[in-house]
Amino acid sequence: MAEVKKYEEPRIGVYVCHCGTNIAGSIDVKAVMEYARTLPNVIVADDYQYMCSTPGQNKIAEAIKEQKLTGIVVAACSPRLHEPTFRAATKEGGLNPFRFEMANIREQNSWVHMHQPEEATEKAKDSVRIAVAKASLLEDLIPKSVPVEKTAMVVGGGVGGMQAALDLASAGIKTYLVEKEPTIGGRMSQLDKTFPTLDCSQCILTPKMVDVFRHENIELLTYTEVEEVEGYIGNFDVTLRKKARGVITPEEATARGIIGGGCTGCGDCVEVCPVIKPNPFELGMAPMKAIYVYHPQVSPLIYTVDFDSCVKCGLCVDACGNERKAIDLDAKDELMTVKVGTVILATGYEIFPIEKKFEWGYKNYDNVITSLEFERLICASGPTGGHLIRPSDGETPKKIAFVLCAGSRDNTGVGKPYCSRFCCMYSLKHAHQVIEKIPGAVPYIFYMDIRSFGKMYEEFYYRIQDEGAKFIRGRVASILEDPVTKNLHVNAEDTLLGRPIDMEVDMVVLAAAIQPTAETEKTRRLFGVSCSQDGWLLEAHPKLNPCGTTTAGVYLAGVCQGPKDIPDTVAQAEGAASAASIPIHRGEVELEPYFAVCLEDKCAGCGMCVYQCPYGALSLIEKDGRTVMHVTEAKCKGCGTCGGFCPGGAIWMQHFTTPQIVAQIDAFLLGGEQ
Amino acid sequence: MADENWKPKIIAIICNWCSYAGADLAGGARIQYPPDIRAVRVMCTGRVDPLFIMKAFQDGADGVLVSGCHFGDCHYLEGNYKAAKRMFLLKSVLKNIGLEDKRLRMTFVSASEGAKWGHVMDDVIKTVSELGPSPLKEFAR
Repeated sequence: MAEVKKYEEPRIGVYVCHCGTNIAGSIDVKAVMEYARTLPNVIVADDYQYMCSTPGQNKIAEAIKEQKLTGIVVAACSPRLHEPTFRAATKEGGLNPFRFEMANIREQNSWVHMHQPEEATEKAKDSVRIAVAKASLLEDLIPKSVPVEKTAMVVGGGVGGMQAALDLASAGIKTYLVEKEPTIGGRMSQLDKTFPTLDCSQCILTPKMVDVFRHENIELLTYTEVEEVEGYIGNFDVTLRKKARGVITPEEATARGIIGGGCTGCGDCVEVCPVIKPNPFELGMAPMKAIYVYHPQVSPLIYTVDFDSCVKCGLCVDACGNERKAIDLDAKDELMTVKVGTVILATGYEIFPIEKKFEWGYKNYDNVITSLEFERLICASGPTGGHLIRPSDGETPKKIAFVLCAGSRDNTGVGKPYCSRFCCMYSLKHAHQVIEKIPGAVPYIFYMDIRSFGKMYEEFYYRIQDEGAKFIRGRVASILEDPVTKNLHVNAEDTLLGRPIDMEVDMVVLAAAIQPTAETEKTRRLFGVSCSQDGWLLEAHPKLNPCGTTTAGVYLAGVCQGPKDIPDTVAQAEGAASAASIPIHRGEVELEPYFAVCLEDKCAGCGMCVYQCPYGALSLIEKDGRTVMHVTEAKCKGCGTCGGFCPGGAIWMQHFTTPQIVAQIDAFLLGGEQ
Repeated sequence: MADENWKPKIIAIICNWCSYAGADLAGGARIQYPPDIRAVRVMCTGRVDPLFIMKAFQDGADGVLVSGCHFGDCHYLEGNYKAAKRMFLLKSVLKNIGLEDKRLRMTFVSASEGAKWGHVMDDVIKTVSELGPSPLKEFAR
């Protein structure tokens, strides 16, 4: 074990918080405080209703000055919540803020041992003793300031990502907007109308897409994925893979010396392409060529070659002609690295594969479709020109069942336990569209609860009721197809009337659950962001930091953090953009000074630690004729993996030093009553 | 051998980003578990020197829990892999010196797994309780 450094005589102040009855309800706070007074090095101990209040914090600052304390212990909630608060109070008292240690007696004690007050009190005493032991060995530490790159990156070009990029760019920050598809627009560009205003989705989205494309501070990188991420807040090095598009822009053409060349979006190539495949934007309900744009309003308006299906016949190259020379069938993926200060993830969602709920027959029965397919079918720019038809025979359906919570709020283990949050509202909108577009048609909505929680949403619900939509409270148990007519029998229990229903309908629309996109998992790991149980990205705090993550400098916007509708997505995107611009506008950030330090007199220069560091922060240098390890502080993130490994105990992990941790272990096991 | 009132002394060394956050979440959700474990927070389980664990056993700990992020989820990329390797080796050392290797446990609990943290607490305490007091206890101090 490393030798303990020399300290002045430690003088510790201990403060035990009642947190109202949160702590005092199951822990005898006075007893813990009295116990603290008996501990070695403790000069003052006190308790208070709310230590995080101004009077509570003042106690700390005053005691430091009056009693010349060298360390502070607060026994209260989790350090993940209030460590910054009490560090600030410690600093106000004139002490280095890192001379503070917290004993967690709420989240990991009073709240989890609510019915065992005696044991909880004993545990709290132990926690205080452990914290005092560490506080007695704490040292002054100086946070390291690093400059912040004045650029940002937004991953995902849906409405959330676009809004975030526009806000950042309009605040004067150069922003890279990375989108894996050939066009920005995301899910919203697939929708027909938006609730509750019934705005045309494309009409309100395309102006934003154009703004993004034109903005001088946005570098739009479509058909591009994140490949690798290195660095930390203020200094991320992000490697991007620009997938081979096979088509060059006018700018790229100019750069290659083809003056007046590059793709103009004329579409001559599409005419001649012999390959026909399903169009994923239309969910396979329309054909597409191997050279394509998804829809007329794409941004940027540049065609893309699908190299998975392209036969490289070269007809498109001929059609494009020698002047434009926009098509390059030998294109390869390109890697590029950009340096950014902060990152916003807006990776969105995808539809849960609802065929897994086999009882509803999706993909087995022709006339069972998902709500996203309904959006395309009812959309004027969709595959049917806005005419809702039955896939089995092309007839117009008159009686349509909408199945809500299809895979959402599902605890069977097949679907998703959460509420997907916008299905109620868009299904109401679908009902409205059916009534509006098809004379005599009746929508039947099978629901568990109608969750119309937003501004003007409940009013919209009433309106749809008045328009003649039928509501049946009951979860659909099964759907069976009539093999001759291809009509569907919807079986459910009407729980309001208390009787089973077997309803024959022309078409069923499943309001399928949503889930994180397939790429979300990879992307979050690259950026070191945690996820919640359902795979949605984890915010730093569910209430007070919904845009941040536990990785400094990485923020969240939109559905990737959890299901939300368009207004909430845009609001969060603006919040994330604001949060992401703060470090950039400040120009520098402080890094927690938990760096590794080499104790050179103990270091044997074996170099084994060098291989432990995942960041390449350690190296061997020659010093005074000896080989010793050297830490590059800017690269060290303070995990301590080297310190846990060094066979000679020659690595001093600041704030988590070996003597401090051993003192904690000893304090618990040897310090109390045996 | 153990008297009626014996309660195990178990120390948990847990990482700041996943397991500590998961333990906090268990608190927020008021998940109840037995109060026999004391936690020491480190930034990463990679920080856990096997000597810390030996020291805890030498001090008379009945059990030691090391808990970090799931594989692939480490805030520091791979600290938890390295910790797991060390714990694996250390378990064989414990066996060889005649201490039940079940007294040392490594688990992986994420920041969103409050309920799992509760299960881990129940399970570790149950395992160590069944083993009884550590045979090294009499050498402590």
